[in-house]
Order: sequence, then structure tokens, then C-alpha cells
Amino acid sequence: MATALFGDSVKRTEDPRLITGRGKYVDDIRLTGMTHMAFVRSPYAHANIRSVDTSAAANAPGVLTVFTGADLQEQLGGLPVAWLLPDLKQPPHPPLAYETVRYVGDAVAVVVADTAYQAADAAELVDVDYEILPAIVNAEAATKDGAPQLHSEAENNIAWDWNISGGDYDEAIKDPDVIVIKQRIVNQRLIPNSMETRGVVADFDSGRGNLTLYTSTQIPHFVKLLYSLVTGHPEQKIRVVAPDVGGGFGSKISIYAEEIVCGIVSKQLGRPVKWIESRSEAYIATTHGRDHITDVEIAGKKDGEIVGIKVDVYANIGAYLSTFAPLVPTWLFGLMLGGVYKMPNVVCRVWGVFTNTTPVDAYRGAGRPEATFLLERMVSRFAQEIGRDPIAVRRKNMLASHKNGRAVTTGVMYDSGDYKGNLNKALEIFDYRGFRSEQRAARRAGKLLGVGISTYIEITGAAPSAVASSLGAQAGLWESSNVRVHPTGKITVYTGSSPHGQGHETTLAQLVSSELGVPMEDVEVLHGDTDQGPFGVGTFGSRSLSVGGAALFNSLGKIKAKAHTLAAHLLESDPKFVTFEGGSFAVEDIPDKSMTFQEVAGAAYGAANLPPGMEPGLEEISFFDPTNFTWPFGTHICVVEIDEDTGQVSLVRYVAVDDVGNVLNPMIVDGMVHGGVAQGIGQALTEQAVYTDDGQLLSGSLMDYALPSADMFPMLEVDRTVTPSPVNPLGVKGAGECGTIAASPAVMNAVIDALAHLGVKHMDMPATSEKVWRAIRDAKETQRAARAAARRS
Amino acid sequence: MVTSNFDYFAPTTLDEATSLLSRYRGEAKVLAGGHSLIPMMKLRLAEPTVLVDIGKIDGLSYVREDGDGVAIGSMTTYRELETSSLVKSRYPLLADAASKVADLQVRNRGTIGGSLAHSDPAGDLPAVVLAIGGSVVARTRRSSREISIDRFQVDLLTTALHDNEIITEIKLPALPSGTGTAYSKFHNPASHYAITGVAAVITVSGGTCTEARIAVTGAGDKATRARRTERILKGKELTPAVIRRAASRAAAEVQDTLNDDIFASAEYRTHLTQVHAQRAIEEAAAAAG
Repeated sequence: MATALFGDSVKRTEDPRLITGRGKYVDDIRLTGMTHMAFVRSPYAHANIRSVDTSAAANAPGVLTVFTGADLQEQLGGLPVAWLLPDLKQPPHPPLAYETVRYVGDAVAVVVADTAYQAADAAELVDVDYEILPAIVNAEAATKDGAPQLHSEAENNIAWDWNISGGDYDEAIKDPDVIVIKQRIVNQRLIPNSMETRGVVADFDSGRGNLTLYTSTQIPHFVKLLYSLVTGHPEQKIRVVAPDVGGGFGSKISIYAEEIVCGIVSKQLGRPVKWIESRSEAYIATTHGRDHITDVEIAGKKDGEIVGIKVDVYANIGAYLSTFAPLVPTWLFGLMLGGVYKMPNVVCRVWGVFTNTTPVDAYRGAGRPEATFLLERMVSRFAQEIGRDPIAVRRKNMLASHKNGRAVTTGVMYDSGDYKGNLNKALEIFDYRGFRSEQRAARRAGKLLGVGISTYIEITGAAPSAVASSLGAQAGLWESSNVRVHPTGKITVYTGSSPHGQGHETTLAQLVSSELGVPMEDVEVLHGDTDQGPFGVGTFGSRSLSVGGAALFNSLGKIKAKAHTLAAHLLESDPKFVTFEGGSFAVEDIPDKSMTFQEVAGAAYGAANLPPGMEPGLEEISFFDPTNFTWPFGTHICVVEIDEDTGQVSLVRYVAVDDVGNVLNPMIVDGMVHGGVAQGIGQALTEQAVYTDDGQLLSGSLMDYALPSADMFPMLEVDRTVTPSPVNPLGVKGAGECGTIAASPAVMNAVIDALAHLGVKHMDMPATSEKVWRAIRDAKETQRAARAAARRS
Repeated sequence: MVTSNFDYFAPTTLDEATSLLSRYRGEAKVLAGGHSLIPMMKLRLAEPTVLVDIGKIDGLSYVREDGDGVAIGSMTTYRELETSSLVKSRYPLLADAASKVADLQVRNRGTIGGSLAHSDPAGDLPAVVLAIGGSVVARTRRSSREISIDRFQVDLLTTALHDNEIITEIKLPALPSGTGTAYSKFHNPASHYAITGVAAVITVSGGTCTEARIAVTGAGDKATRARRTERILKGKELTPAVIRRAASRAAAEVQDTLNDDIFASAEYRTHLTQVHAQRAIEEAAAAAG
């Protein structure tokens, strides 16, 4: 493999390993003397624990020990929250419940046995006597007087009451020319389905007092820190390893009960403990996403000028506060409500509400999809109400292009953008005018064809740590990198980012290759092992390249600088006459005076002839803390056709034109857009977590939770515009979530557009066949009734 | 989830397999392709203590002419049905239905015998075989019998099969000339099982429908003949009006056992059954010429 450049579509170097079954996931870890743990979980959504009888389980074949929540109450402590809001209610979150269970799946006991099968068999024998309490699953209903209360600390189940505003919405709508359109929108709860479920192996070394935790996580360094804070185990005696991680989508950015419990039990037992989450378990024990009940108003004038948006949200956060739960529906949501529009007035209030459901945290997009859906749906709705084209309305309100910072109503500064340029490119690819005439013909032929658009912007690359801290972050959100050049000139990179499918091993090696002119295969990218490099933050919120990549770029800069100085010294030249190109240092105009990068590395370690004051070795660390978030944006256009007889929605075309700044590896960005769009379409058309009123999850398996499948998709037409970001040295923006954020409103706008002539104005996601069929039936009934009334009068 | 404990046998002859079923009668389940049974065992919805895997027995996988009709070995996979030229030419709806089962990996494992014996209320093949007609050959250690397909599916996940019997073959009759077939399915977006599936086998002679077998799956507790629909079709010219009227009765036989879940209410299922009955009948009628 040769050297790679910034912008090359280098194939993913991790794939041969991963797709031939040679990856190493947590479940592939087998240690001498390893035991297996199963969790006993509550089948009830809300109950007091009267007693737990573990005797039958303890006597079952192969069982080593059984612990209840009460047994471990002191050692386990409580799970922490990493993001605070003003007056946030933080009820205790015990890793194992000992008094009350608050959702189906809340863990109450663990069984440890020689095999996973024995542990599962014995877990069924743990006899818990529950006093069943009334449960509540709907976030709005949970805030009403008389609703079942989950925590004594949170009156009316309200964990927070947060708001943000800019401009003066109430004043703006006093203008008699302004019309206000109101809509209730439910953004349904989703269940992340990473290909690899969670899993933990805890290995306590009683001789040294060291604990190693292998865990399927996006944040190994935070797990180390938080484990230490929760249990008091000294941080230097904890090593956390995230080996190959098979997806996360945000559901692995929390510290979980199972990580704490496995560590404590391994210490108690003096043996390694493994727990692997089953898919059924993942449905109830791993955090969910979204779940907003929103009342939204959009205000504007007949000429298409939008004057403001007002949003009230009941954000369902489940039974306990997950690690980043307070962040997702507040800042990551509220800051995005102006979109790519001038939007002079924004007002937003969000209640975080406890319910008897699985805790809710980040899920691909995390807050931005919810905001973007509201905004993009309501902009199209506004256009429909005033009888104007949704694209004309968008164009009229769009922000002007800018290259270095544009302050917006929500108080943040977008880094760079050319929103109209991007829209124009998408429209050109799509041929919007052509479509509208095709649609008219289709309608005449009795076909239901619709087009939907979303012109989104989102926030990625968390974060400027000082800003994040002022908003409630309890940790810095910079990123680290370590570049170790070996004496042979081969390179090991450690990144604090923690990939779980994104392809960092490829892209970061590509960046090294591009910067140092060394072959890709000479670069080993390590990640996810807290003993291998400096403290890092992790991978979430589309931050790895713009923050972690920038940290790597800065380390490479230091390496280059030192190598340059050393090379000049060895070449006996003034450094300013030494060039570095294609992996080789050369003295200008003296062709035979040159040294390869590898020779310089060898000299740095040989240390026989270093310039005065230079330390031996060639290794650098950088911590990069950006000055702003990055703000990718773009235009997605979707065409759907609806089968009038069945209500089934089929995707006909999908055009995605994103702007994620400079692009290091276009193929990988395309892949991220594809996957993201698929997830956004999943939310729009098929996915939903469904609870019964008493808190049983009906959509608790892949047989009952409809993930989108490949046969639903047309070939996606993916293109880009490029507006470099000024806030990191690579000029890149996050690309991991934009597809998801953009897709749901584009698809739903298309569904509504296909039905608009029947009088349909809104439909909540997912647009299931039955829901669409009913909407068509009801709309036709309404039209018939109206015609009948007209005839009578 | 992991299964509870069970003993596993992998006999290489039918005699051995049927002997095991007799010895462990009531405790043993037959394992064919495993794509229904294993998931149920992992969820502990099924906890047989003995599994008799018949996958190692030679000679149960074939599609061959059998007198005027066709005989299909019970371990013939969906994929084999989907690609068999004999099936495609003689029973196009069977090849088509098999091609609509789940994904390729499942179709490489799942078998026609397993599908019939499991009798999933939303399985595709029970309805298709019911519409074609024919019989299921079942063997015990000592004897063998033929069960008419019309008497085979008894109830939810229940067939006429005794618990010491193994399906060895499915016998399909020759379809008269002038017969057209079709299978129209609306799949569950999560499981890809049928929310409703309608199989139609229609014979037209001199412009009149002389024979019609219509079977519905997914809507009720088991694959069921839509006899009212058949009666409306038989003896008539298949005009759009006749087909519409017949299709409107397609859910009548399953009315009392209609499924109702988060993907389709009973009302919507009834409607979908009518829509897909119309599509299947139209397509079969067109193919009948």
C-alpha cells in the first residue's frame, strides 16, 4: 500500500479483519478462570421489592454466588450524571435496585456461574417478591397531579424545567400580518440496535489490586474516570479497554450499571467475570432515544417570511437520569431551532420527565433530529398553509453565506456555511421543476407521489470545553492524540477517540500518511485502551475527525517540526533550506543531500548526533480543544409513492447533498451518509418503541421492532458542497449524524406532500402503512362529507 | 438469551429418528432448518428437553415428478424451491412465495417440512400448499400415512401431526390445464412474515372459472381456505366485479381469529386481506388465460 493523501477514498483497512470474523469483541475475550454473570431484571415497570429469595439459585448447578442489590448497596454507589442543568433533580440511581424497581429491565440481582447457560438457568430461580405499583409511561401525563411518582426528589416527575429564547416571540406575533400555525408533534421513542450488543469482562488482579474492564463502549476513558468516582477504586489502578466495538449510535456513551457491577463482583470473587447482553436484554437495558411530545408554533407572514418558532417539549427521560440525558433534549435540541433561517424569534421550554421506561439518552443525532424534524416539518407546513412552494419559503428565509462565524438567535455562532449554494446544487441534481410536472401527471393517473425536502444544519464536534462547561458539562470535551515514531520509522498512533464502526484506523492512518509521506501500512492506529495512551474523551456527536483528527494533526505537526530540525542538523543545513516532501527531507538545490523520514527517526533514537538541547526520541502528544463547534448543513430531497390501497410508502428517489467541510476520505463519508439516511428513514417509516400503559415493552425484539431493511431503499444519490470549517486545522466538520438528522423530515414532508391534495397536513412518525391508509380514508371521508354539505346548501 | 438444557441427537436414518421420537415421545422436538424453533428456544418460549436434528438424514431433500404430480422432500429448502425449474413451471406461486420468505440466509436453511410442521400463523408455505392441494406424508417408526392438506393445519402452531411423526414428503397434485396461480403478500416490516398473504390457484375453462382454491395466511390463527371467496368465483366469468366481490369475502373465514398487533389492527388486516386477495386472484386469473 502506498502513501495516501487527504481526499483519497482509501478502502477501510479494518474491514478484512471485521468481515472475516477475525475482529476481537468483548465476547471474544476468554480469560483463565473466567465466570459468567446473568442479571435478574424486573418484569414490572414499577414495584417495591418486598424480598429476594436467592436460595434456589445459589444451589443451582455451577452457581458460584448470587448478589442482590441490598448485598452490594454500599460498594456499588450510584450512577452519576455527566451534564448538569440549573435545578436538576438527581434522584439516586443504584446499579442494582434494592428498594424499588422503576422500569421493566431494572436489575435487582446477579447470578455468577461457571457457564453463561448455568447463570441464565439460575437467574430464573431467583424469587423476587414484588409489590406492584401503578406505572406511568407517557411524559406529559407523568407531570399531571395524581400521576404515579417515581422519585421523591422530583415532584410531578419533573427532573428539569429548562428554557432558551432569543428575540421576542410574543411581541412578534402581535403583528396583525403574522399568522401562527400550531401543531402537536410526537417524536417517537427509538431503540438503538448496534450490531454488537453491550458486554463487559471485568478482571480484578488481587495481587496488584488492579482492575481491567473490557467493555463495549464509546467512552473508555470516561468509564475509567467514572468507575473510579463511583466506587472509589483508584483511577491509576483501573484499565478500561474498548476492543472492537460493533456499533453504538450513542447508546454506548453512558456509564452503565453492568460495568460497575461486573467490576465489583470480580473484586469480590477474585475471578474474571463476563456478562454479554442478549438482544432481548438490550431492548430493555440499553438506553433508548428521542421520545418527545411537543407543542410547536411557527409564525410568519403571507409573503413567506418566518418570524419565529415556539416550542414546548415533554422529553421522556425514562426511569433514571442516564449519563448525558440532561444534555440531549436541551442544548443539543434548543440551540438548533433556528436552523439555516434568519428566524429572529425563538422560544423553547423543555421539561425532562421521569417515567417507568428504559432511560433515554443519545441516539444518532441526539436532540438535533428532534429539533430539525420540528423545524423542517413546520416550515413545509407553513408553506402549505400560505399556499407557497416549500423551497421558495426556505430560500426567502435562509441565512446568507458566511466563512467565519455567524451569530444566530439561539445565541450560538455557526462556523461557516453556504446554505443557498448547497440548496441550489441539490435542486439541480434533483430537477425540482421536472418533478412537479411529473407529480401533476401522476395525480391525474390516480397515483400518490410526493416530494419532501429538508435543509438542515446541525451541531457537531463537541466541544470547546469552556463553553461546554458553562452549559453544564462535568468534563472537558477536547481530544488527545499520541504519535510514537519507532526507531525504524514505523508509527503507532494512539487516539483518544474511540471508534465503533467509523473507520478511524483507516482515516487516521491516512492522515498520518498524508502528512508524513509514509506508507499507510507503516501506521498502526490504536484506540480504546486507557493504558496505551493519554486520557481521551471518545467518539460521539460526530467529533472524531474535527477534534480527535485535529489533535492528531497537531501531534504530527510537532513530529514534523522536530524531525525537520534534526534533519537539518544532520544534513548540515539551515532548517529554512530544508524541504520535506514525499517522506524525505532534502536540502534545496542540493539533490544528493537528503534523508528519509525513517532515517531521521532512527537518528532521533540513536541520539549520536542531536542538536544542542534536543531530547532523544520522536514522540509527541497533543490535546486539541476547538474554539467552536462545527456546523455541517445540507439539503436532502426525497420522493415517495404511496399505494393507495394499502397505505404503504415506497421510496422512489433520495438525493442528499451535504456540506461537511473538507473531506478526508469521501468513501467513508458516503458510507456514513448512507447509514445515517437509512436510520433517519427508519424513524420516518418503520421504527417505534411501543409500551403498554403499564410499562411493558411490546416492541422488544427484532421481530417486533421494525428496523429499515435494504429492500426499502432506492440507490441513494449522494453529493456534497464544501465549505471548510475555520475552527479546526483540517477544515472538517462532523459527518456521522447528518444523514439521520436530515432524512426523517425529508421523508415525512414527502409523505404529506403526496397526500396534501386530500387535505392531509400532518402525520406523526412512523408513517406506517396502517397510519397512512387511515389518513387517506379519513381525508376522503372528510372530502365526501364536505361535498355532500356543499350540495345540500 | 440462551436456551434451557436439552439433549441433542443427530440421527442419520429415518428409522433412528423416528425411534428417538417414540422413545422421547412428548419431550422431543424435530429440528429441521431451525429458523422457527431455535429462536423460540432462545427466548425460552419452547423448552424441549430433546432435539432430534433430521438434517443429517440423506434423501429428504428433492423435488421430483411423482405420477402426474410432484413430490417434494420435507427437508427441501426455500432456496431450492425458489430455484427449482420443476416448481417454477408447475407451481409458480410456490417458487414465488419461497422467494419472499425472509432473506437468503434464512431461505438457505428453512425447509418446506419445517414450515408446515411449525404451522406459524403467518408462515407463507402453509397457505400456498393449501391452495395447491395435496397431502403431507408423515412417518412413525412403524408406519407411514398421508394427511390431506385440508386437514393438516389444525390450530395456532398445531397440526394433525402426532408427536412421534416426521414429515417426509409433500405430495402436490397436477394442476389442470388452464390453471393460473399467484401469491400476494403484505409483509410485516420487522419480521417479514405475512401480515396477510393470499394464495390463489384458479382454473378457467371456456371463459368460466371451474376451480378455485384460495388460502389466506397471516390474518388469523392458521392458514385457512377462503371458501366463501372460492364459491363466488366458481362457475363464473372472472370479471373485475366478480373478483372484487369475491375478494371482499376473503377474510370471512378468519374473522373470529383475526390477529391484532402493533403493526396491523384487525380492521386493517381484514382490509389488507381483501386487497391482496384481489391482487392474487387477478394475477392467477390472468395467468390462467
